[in-house]
Parts: sequence; structure tokens; C-alpha cells
Amino acid sequence: MTDRTYQRLDPQQAAERVKASINLRKRKETRFLWLGKTAVAIALGFLVLLFAGILSKGIPGLFQYYVTLDVRLDARQLDPSGQMTVESLAGGDFDGAILTSLYEALGNPEGRKEKREARRLISSGSSQRLMNYVLDNPEQLESMVSIQFAVDDDVDTFLRGLISRETPEADRRISDQLIGYIDALEAEGRISYEISDYLFFGSASRDAEMAGIRGALVGSILTLLVCIVIAFPLGVATAVYLEEMAPKNRLTEIIEININNLAAVPSVVFGIMGLAIFIVAFGMPRSIPLVGGIVLALMTLPTIIISSRAAIRAVPPSIRDAALGVGASKMQTIMHHVLPLAMPGMLTGTIIGMAQALGETAPLLMIGMVAFIVDVPGGVTDPGTVLPVQIFMWADFAERMFVQKTSAAIIVLLAFLISMNAAAILLRKKLERRW
Amino acid sequence: MVQNTNQVEGRAVPEKTLGEIQVDNPRMSARNVNVFYGEKQAIDNISLDIGMSQVISFIGPSGCGKSTFLRCLNRMNDTIDICKVDGEIKIDHQNIYDPAIDVVSLRARVGMVFQKPNPFPKSIFDNIAYGPRIHGLAASKVELDQIVESSLQRAGLWEEVKDRLDQPGTGLSGGQQQRLCIARAIAVSPEVILMDEPCSALDPIATAKVEELIHELREQYTIVIVTHSMQQAARISDRTAYFHLGKLVEVGDTKQVFTNPRHELTQDYITGRFG
Ligand SMILES: Nc1ncnc2c1ncn2[C@@H]1O[C@H](COP(=O)(O)OP(=O)(O)OP(=O)(O)O)[C@@H](O)[C@H]1O
Ligand SMILES: [Mg+2]
Repeated sequence: MTDRTYQRLDPQQAAERVKASINLRKRKETRFLWLGKTAVAIALGFLVLLFAGILSKGIPGLFQYYVTLDVRLDARQLDPSGQMTVESLAGGDFDGAILTSLYEALGNPEGRKEKREARRLISSGSSQRLMNYVLDNPEQLESMVSIQFAVDDDVDTFLRGLISRETPEADRRISDQLIGYIDALEAEGRISYEISDYLFFGSASRDAEMAGIRGALVGSILTLLVCIVIAFPLGVATAVYLEEMAPKNRLTEIIEININNLAAVPSVVFGIMGLAIFIVAFGMPRSIPLVGGIVLALMTLPTIIISSRAAIRAVPPSIRDAALGVGASKMQTIMHHVLPLAMPGMLTGTIIGMAQALGETAPLLMIGMVAFIVDVPGGVTDPGTVLPVQIFMWADFAERMFVQKTSAAIIVLLAFLISMNAAAILLRKKLERRW
Repeated sequence: MVQNTNQVEGRAVPEKTLGEIQVDNPRMSARNVNVFYGEKQAIDNISLDIGMSQVISFIGPSGCGKSTFLRCLNRMNDTIDICKVDGEIKIDHQNIYDPAIDVVSLRARVGMVFQKPNPFPKSIFDNIAYGPRIHGLAASKVELDQIVESSLQRAGLWEEVKDRLDQPGTGLSGGQQQRLCIARAIAVSPEVILMDEPCSALDPIATAKVEELIHELREQYTIVIVTHSMQQAARISDRTAYFHLGKLVEVGDTKQVFTNPRHELTQDYITGRFG
């Protein structure tokens, strides 16, 4: 304490000082306001840039070029044994039927070289498509039908204008002859640009025009299902135990610290662990969504636990007192009051964890979900891949058309993410009663 | 300074409680109760009987341990990790700190109303029905309805809420919420109701209503109430206990304590010289 007695300010002096300090404060506040506004503007700018980039690249990838051919569905040619089953159709000459109509559309070219070039026009998946058409519409046998077939990926790339006519013939992937055919078909109005059905309903394929994300999408859904079924109950139970029941001692402290550390472990490490434990030690098959889901569950657990604990801690103690006060047991208090009130917060954490898991590539590469799998997985124990890994694989392929498909797949992944978040927000709104 | 010695303005806190600790017909009786929060002692050797169908009020300056002692009576202190209670508290000759006793059934017998109204974020009906439900008090839906109605009626809230039982309890006014909490407490038919400053958040009209309610409830229940209002203590209680620095200084008939206190500290407090 000082000995000097404090001289009170006279009111006028005080008013002056206050005025000076108010100006200073105002200036500080304005500066802070502008800082915040710029930060938000920069963030928004990046977001717009990101979305513009993805959309401008990816939207063309959602479409591809088709050629419409008039095919004669000759029963003797397509279904020689006449049983209309998958097996009997396998003996049919679908390629022959398609080529006949293709040649017809091109004015029946004569030479072998011409025919070869003509064959390069359509996708090699066309016979499969015709077979499916016949299976779905058996009543149309013996009639003439117009069917759209995907064009080959090089032709598609040319139609998009990414291969120039001016390039010398030897340096481009399609010949002058083929370009002539394309022009002819376009003049007849047989070429169309439409939403790609292969992208959404096709599975992995080396042929860019037939490659689709269905398998990866189903794989992602299955993997996330496994992940949430394991991680959510486990995470919530851990959070409840640590928050409500665990004695506060050294051991729980160590556990807490380690859970927090776990949240910072790079995801590849979880992949290596999954490989070592589930595949090598337990002998589970590689590439299956079950193992992928377990690994991702371990990865998302810390996120769920940490946010669930925060949500539990945010429940007002007065509610606990109220429940205990009327004679609810500890368990009843938690189940009837704490958990319902904490649920919105827990769900938020879980969704953030799931969104992380959805975008995760590295740990899944480690457990072999990067294999080339044509079949759509029918269950969690069928080999499969997931969207981000599919994107990663496509990005590696040389064909030009895969670039568009990659961007399109990224759009689908983002749409998946956004709808997941939207679902979470809706769910939270529903649970978060206003009272 | 004052906190560390037993001297307050030169007046000593007595070693032994003045007045009649015992009553003829006790519902609960505490003997030599000490409570510690960690190292810190909050209650120092308190013995007190709580008479059957009586209202007893606890008064005393802030921080003297009224709430702490009150919360010992239904073991709400168990929820505080660092809180240790020793001594003996009996309800109908049974020690409530006996390991064999079930806290849940104890709290059903000794209900509690808190300082801040704390209705559940549920409907008015569910607020009242929660206790009877978890204790299995109602054999049927009709019986549950009856319990809810009679509890609300006894809490003087029925007329105000009977048309909106399905609306959130948190949507009521503060005073209504507090009466809702009282209704919730009496819905499980406790023998004793502990109230920790139940009117501190209420306006005079709501306070009057709660006091009226306490007045009616005394017929059937034993009520322990903590209050900072001398007038309130004088109006509603049969006995009054004065706490000071973790000690029970004096206890006696309300009339006697307010008109003829045995200890100078009580005298100072009730005449408003400190507190
Ligand atoms: N949870 C706790 N942890 C540690 N100390 C506590 C805790 N609760 C109360 N205390 C201490 O115990 C003593 C008694 O507190 P208590 O709440 O019983 O006082 P009170 O008489 O109810 O006061 P008020 O009239 O302000 O409500 C105080 O010194 C307080 O600091
Ligand atoms: Mg208190």
C-alpha cells in the first residue's frame, strides 16, 4: 500500500479521462471488427474458389456421350437356345448384332481397316448393355429398337474438344477415318450428351467410359455403417463412464490423456494396426468393409468420446440434483436425464467423426481396400472399396476421361458429406427441444 | 480474519449448542455430525433432532453450513467427491449412512426442493410423474393421473396448469416452477421435505403462496427449510436453528429464539447486526 492518500478526481477531469478511454476503446473495437470481417471474407473466398473449381471440373464428368443405334433383336442370333436366361443369352452374339447396326448407320463400310476403325467407336461394354436390355424387355424380341450406347472414351474425349483435329494423325489417339465416322453420326443426330448412367450405376472398370462409383459408394456406406455401429455406442459408453462413474485417480487420468493423444495419431497408423491385428493376427480377409469399418471406428472413437464428454459436462448439475432428489439412481439419472440432454452434442461429435471417416484414404489403403473390384459388395464381408480410395485410384489412371470421372466422383463424395451433415443437423434440431 | 477463530466481534461461538437439541417425537435425529470438504471442515459436531410433523428452519449467515447440513439429511452430499460426512443421522432409528441402506429409497423418503427451481426439461405431467414412475408408486395410468393431479393440487398449482399438462415445465414462471418442484417432491409421498432457500428466487406474491403451501403441508410432512428471511422463519416454522461457522449455536422454539435468544450471536443475527 502507498502512503500517499489518493486524491479524488473532480468530475470534469474524470469525464475527460472517460472520454479519452472511450475513443481508444472504440478504435480497438473497429479494428477488431474489420479484422474479423476480413477473415470471414478470405475464408468465404477460398470456399467459393474451391467449389467453383470442383464444380467446373466435375459437372462435365457427370455427363458423357452416347450414340443411338437401331438394333434388330433377332431371337436366333441373341438367344440361340431360346430360354431367355442369363446363361442362354451368354451364347448369343450381341456384339454381332450391335456391329451390324453400327455398320448400317455408317453406310456399310467395306474394307477390314474401315470396319476396325468403326468398331473403335463404341464402348466395349455395349454388348453387356444390349444383353441387359433384352433381359428387361423380352417382349421386344424380333423387333427393331433404338438403344443408346456409350461411345469409347477416346471418342468421348474428342467430342469434348479435348483432342484437336489439327494434331497430326500419328500423334492423336483417333484416326482421321474415325473422325469421319463421328462426324457422320453427329450429322445424323445419333450422338447425344447425357447424364452418365455408367457413373452412378457402373462399377470399377479399366474402360473410362464404363467406370462408375456404385461399388465404391456401396462400399463407403457399408464401411460407415460398421464404423458407426461400433464407434457410437462404444464412444458414448466410454464418455459416460469416464464422466460419471470413473473414480478420479491416476489410472483414469492416464486413460484420459491417452484418449486425447489417440485423437492426434495419424490415420495411417490405425491402418497399419488394422493390418497387423485384424488381417495378419486374426486372419480376416483383406479389402472388406468390416475391417475397414473397425479401423475407422478406432480412428473416430477419440473424437466421439471427447465431444460426448463435453456434451455430458454441459448438462446443468441442477437437473442431476433434481433427478437424484426424487430418488432416481445414478444410472436412472444418466439414462433418463443426462443422456437425452447430451444427445445433440454427442451426435454432432459423431457426425464430425463420421465425416472424417468418410474422407479417409490412408488407413484403408493399408488394409487392401484399394484392390480393383468389379462387383458391388453385397455385405460387409465382401471385398470392396470406398469413394475416396476410388477417387485416388482414378486420379492415377492415364486416360483423359478419368480426369472428369474423378472430379465427378469428388462431387458425389461432397454431396454425400453434405447430406450426412444435413441429416445430423435435422436430427439435432429434432432432439434439441426448446425447453 | 473472522473465519479463522471462534471469535466474532469478541463473542465466542459456544462449544455446546444452546437450547433443546432433542424433541419428544423425532422423525430424524443427527448426532455429532462432522462434514469435511477435503481438508476444510464445514460442519463441526452438530447434533439435532427434527420433530415429526414440524417445520424447522435453519438460519445463519452465508457460508455457515446450512445447505451442507441439509444435504446430509438425504445424502445429497454423496454426489460431491471431496465431501466426507461422519457422525450419525437416523431416520426412524435407522442410520442413513449405514452401508446397508439404499440411498434411492432414502431419497424417496426424504425429498428435496432446491434454491433455484429446477424442473426437468419435460412436460409438466412428466415432471410430476417421473418420481412415482421410477418408484413404481402407481399401479395404473389412472392412478398416475390421480397422483399428478393431487400433487399439483396440494402444491396449489393445479388450477393454473390443468389445461396445459403436456407443455414444458420450464415454460412456467419462476414461482410456478418452484411450486412445480414442490409438487414433484410430494408426488413420491416423502416423510420429510428438505427445502434450501425455496423462495430466494421468488417475488413476494409467489413467496406468500409457497409459504401458504408449507403451512398446509406441515400436517402431513416434516419440513426442514433453510431461509435467509427472519420473517419467513418466524412465520412458518415451529422450531428454529441458528448456525454459525459450521456450528449449531442455538436451537429452540421459534418464538423463543426470536423473542428471547439465548446467545448473543443469535441476538445479533436476528436483529440484523450482521449476516
Ligand atoms: N462443493 C463444495 N466444495 C468445497 N467447499 C464447499 C462446497 N460446498 C460448500 N462448501 C463450503 O462449505 C461451507 C458451508 O457452505 P454451505 O453451502 O453449506 O453454506 P450455507 O450456509 O448454505 O450458505 P448460503 O446461505 O450462502 O447458502 C462454506 O464455507 C463453503 O465454502
Ligand atoms: Mg446454502
